Amino acid sequence: MTMFNSYTKNTLKFYPEKCIGCERCSEVCPHGVFSAHGERASLQRPERCMECGACQRNCPTGAITVESGVGCAYAMIYSALTGRKEVSCGEDGCCGGSGEQESSCNCGDT
Amino acid sequence: MSDDNPVQPEKDTSPCGCGPGPCCPANTDPEGTRNAPYPENRSSCGSICSCNSPKKESEGEIQTQVHPDTANPPPITPVSGTLSSRDTLGHILARLGQNRSGHRVRPGLYSLGTPGPGSPVIVTANYTLSFDAVRSSVAGRDAYILVLDTKGINVWCAAGKGTFGTDELINRIHNTQLSSVVHHHRLVLPQLGAPGVAAHKVHKATGFHVEYGPVRASDLMEFLRDNVATPEMRVVRFDLRDRVILIPVELRSAALYAVVATIALWFVGGWLPAAGFLAAVLAGTVLFPVLLPYLPTDDFSTKGLFLGIIIAAPFATYAFLTMGLGTPPWVALATVTAILTTLPAITAYLALNFTGCTPYTSRTGVKLEIFRYIPFLAGLAVIGVICAIVTGLTKLLGMW
Repeated sequence: MTMFNSYTKNTLKFYPEKCIGCERCSEVCPHGVFSAHGERASLQRPERCMECGACQRNCPTGAITVESGVGCAYAMIYSALTGRKEVSCGEDGCCGGSGEQESSCNCGDT
Repeated sequence: MSDDNPVQPEKDTSPCGCGPGPCCPANTDPEGTRNAPYPENRSSCGSICSCNSPKKESEGEIQTQVHPDTANPPPITPVSGTLSSRDTLGHILARLGQNRSGHRVRPGLYSLGTPGPGSPVIVTANYTLSFDAVRSSVAGRDAYILVLDTKGINVWCAAGKGTFGTDELINRIHNTQLSSVVHHHRLVLPQLGAPGVAAHKVHKATGFHVEYGPVRASDLMEFLRDNVATPEMRVVRFDLRDRVILIPVELRSAALYAVVATIALWFVGGWLPAAGFLAAVLAGTVLFPVLLPYLPTDDFSTKGLFLGIIIAAPFATYAFLTMGLGTPPWVALATVTAILTTLPAITAYLALNFTGCTPYTSRTGVKLEIFRYIPFLAGLAVIGVICAIVTGLTKLLGMW
């Protein structure tokens, strides 16, 4: 646990023995976590994983596991304070409003 | 078709013009028939809808078949690659958080230019900003755009929720009879849609091969031309523009509380605490997104604390310098402490809440941040409030 850096650990796990080298993981990862040169993928920068779950969902052999979720303090604190289920982008109470709405994150510009 | 602007939600309450119920077997969205927020008009639904009830139509082109018919696939809505001033106004309103659920495009298949059976198929969400980003980025090219029903939410957030997902994509491919529109079996999906879509399952169910395109729509043209995504296209960035564009929504979500608290503080403690509070809130919602990469440390809370101290320092200095000569030292200390604890705590808290807006904080990391810093920030705030109350009360009681 580095000083003032809470983002050095995550739940990403890669089981190379199950990998068939389809290179999907490196295709979908927006942070260059996987390197897919050669017969099998390898973890190149696991500390950069943001746990979006894209690699796990697109891995046809289940060689990747990650507890995916949204890294949103607001949603977690809101849920802890109200005892309600954690809201996600676009639900009631998320991103400062009520009703169905998109999150303020614009990372999905495509 | 020409007068039908697909981007505008229509006022009709029935999703397909043939009433609710089992008449739209192709519409597998369980909520779609009950309360479709952007009613699909008859033209988009008529040919996949098995009901024959003649309904009054508001659109001009209702000659489409009402039976599934591979020889006559559902209508494809032509759309321009040029954004009108009305589109731009809509984007501004969306960014301001105005009618946030209302920025929707009707799901279905759209044609850009004059695409043929060999033209690429680009998949996107039915959020106008997403749809418009795609169509304006590939303007000038002939292409199909397949719009999924994500309830008006952008690709990334919808993928996280699963609405930009495997099932919706498979259904939409079937609904639009895509395999009879194009002869290739290739779909270009936004890379950030990958958390919701299992490419191998889509292939198994439909025969279509999913290719993840670039993260950003602006790279689409190059991707379509070269048929390859460079490593730069694959990596999500969070540039100044991306951060600044989020400020209005951040401000809006904090505005109500901030205004009420500022006015209350003004009445209770005068302009200084009111202005200090307002500065701390603005630092957390406006300055923080701008300065994010330049603030020291990695954690959002410590970055925010750092910024908050810088913002609080002038207020503390001013309060100290303008105190009367006869002010007891403990009052001066309490006043300065109150300012230097509460204001940074507010800024740091708002900074921590910005994690949800970034495209790189992991859930594990944010959880750790909450456990590490929330007790500390709460402690700071409590100390500051006690100091403020003590100095205020003792002054009222004439103790100094």
